[in-house]
Amino acid sequence: MNIPEYTPALIVAIPLIGAFLTPLISRVHDKLRNIFVILVLVINASLVFLLAYDILKNGIQTYIFGARNLSYPIVRILFEVDAMSIFMAIISSIIVLVAVLYSWSFMKNNTGLDKYYTLILLLTAGILGMVMTGDMFNFFVFLEITSIASCALIAFWTSQAESVEAGFKYIVISAMGALFVLFAVAILYGQYDALNIAQLADVMQYTFLDKIALVLLIVALAMKAGLVPMHMWLPDSYGSAPSTISLVLVGATLASLYGVLRVVFTLYGNALSTIANFDVAVNVFIGWFIIALAILSIIVGVIMALIQTDFKRLIAFGAVAEIGYMFLGIGAGLAAAGTAYGNVALQGGIFHIFNDALDVGLLFLVAGAIYYATKERSLNSMGGLARNMKFTTVFFIIGLLAVAGMPPMNGFASKLLIYESTFQLNPILAIVAILCSILLLAMFVKVFYSAFMGPELPKFKKVKEVPKSMLFAMGILATIIVIFGLFPEIILNNIVQPAADALLGYSEYISQVVAGGI
Amino acid sequence: MIYNIPYIAVVGLILLGMYALVFKRNLIKMVIGITLIESGVNMFLITLGYRKESIAPIYTSSPGGIMSLPVPQALTLTSIVIGVAVTALMLSLVIHIYRHYGSLDAKNVRRLKE
Repeated sequence: MNIPEYTPALIVAIPLIGAFLTPLISRVHDKLRNIFVILVLVINASLVFLLAYDILKNGIQTYIFGARNLSYPIVRILFEVDAMSIFMAIISSIIVLVAVLYSWSFMKNNTGLDKYYTLILLLTAGILGMVMTGDMFNFFVFLEITSIASCALIAFWTSQAESVEAGFKYIVISAMGALFVLFAVAILYGQYDALNIAQLADVMQYTFLDKIALVLLIVALAMKAGLVPMHMWLPDSYGSAPSTISLVLVGATLASLYGVLRVVFTLYGNALSTIANFDVAVNVFIGWFIIALAILSIIVGVIMALIQTDFKRLIAFGAVAEIGYMFLGIGAGLAAAGTAYGNVALQGGIFHIFNDALDVGLLFLVAGAIYYATKERSLNSMGGLARNMKFTTVFFIIGLLAVAGMPPMNGFASKLLIYESTFQLNPILAIVAILCSILLLAMFVKVFYSAFMGPELPKFKKVKEVPKSMLFAMGILATIIVIFGLFPEIILNNIVQPAADALLGYSEYISQVVAGGI
Repeated sequence: MIYNIPYIAVVGLILLGMYALVFKRNLIKMVIGITLIESGVNMFLITLGYRKESIAPIYTSSPGGIMSLPVPQALTLTSIVIGVAVTALMLSLVIHIYRHYGSLDAKNVRRLKE
């Protein structure tokens, strides 16, 4: 089946139009608005899946805005969607859809929901634009759309001082990060007179200015992805936002991670693999730099999570550790580029992006369910909840096993790939990774015991199971986790492998635009 | 040398903004720091597009001669619009913070601790 060439543009345009229609429809009826938002996201997700099918079969899709057959080089925006982009788009579409389904009951008693849904749709448009664009400046614009929308959503509960504080922290960090990105884009533009990723990658000389731009881009995007030591905003924002927003924020964070991947592997892919002016090759140097930060993230995330008493902050520190695992896989893939285990590490890192979004997302939803039922956030005042909230308990067990990387959940599949490959690079890396994984398990078992087990507390006698829409949303995530835990090869062979190949085969990404005469 | 002055100004603005962001404790001054960095980056973009004795890139009734490159100006315009939105959002959050904490000193706005 052929899909129209403008599908990538539609995937960004539909949530954007939906976002501005939402307040109007909200005037008519609240339920109608909820149905409309869900409908928009379902249509969008199905378009993403259609595009994914097409890309995996026919290769990279490009869509150019405006004139196409011009004889002189001209700056214009284009979307270039390869397997890696569509992989990220699939993750974010699933996450946002689940979050909106969950919001139906979870946010029911809040006011200002028209703005809430508008911002969620804007955030979706921003994330999808970030992962699909083929233009550096356009990437910056979508990055800012994502930052503004997510900041407003983090501070959505303005009656709580913590939410506003976290929102301010987030916007300061992301405004600065985005300006760094813009500065780097300006440096690249000033040298090469191009904004297109493929064109830039084609002519990249790796001069001194390019090195500055690389550092600025990696620092800014890693800061937005929450890599230690630039993670301080992440637990605050994840912990203070409504649970649905924490889930969507995971998607926004991963889009920044995608930015790092795109910059290192595609934009500087040519330069890094051909030029070696240290004793070690440059990609080995950058790879080990990323590995060092990743190991630091894993250790800091786990240790800080151990001492938390707030349920969502604890999960947020777990998320920092999980981001460390992704960067570990990616860094090892870069340091050992070209070897078989380097490819396995890269695949593990990419597969873990998918798993982290689902696992951490499910845990956030469970924390939200507990908050909805009991209005408690502190682990110290919870207890005996398994009696009244059976389904939530089951979902929590699935989530905790998946995050800790226990078989048969999907976290096991990706972490095993990372362990295997980093062991070949350096055994100490694998040992630290496994040890911290065990600590994660221990920590979540502690949470499980203090929140769900133990004697029935009198104040929780009247606690009921959460409404069906929330259970349904958690059920979707749990089902995907179990299915891809049992049959990881489905997703590994069909999506993750092409995504890793797309990252390594940067020349194809370049030739699609440059040599194709577009 | 004279053409390097804008670049020196860019570096100065960005460093000044970073200084305000890192060392100032008043939240409004931090917002000012962000806007200073933003002005620096915008100025960098504009300076990149300028050539000596060039005129504004407007074709209708142009007197002829070299035109500045319009692309960096378009980029700057976009960046300014985004910057206004971000600044407005930051200031509105500062208002909310002041309502909750009764202070704009970053030292007192610390309810989120480890």
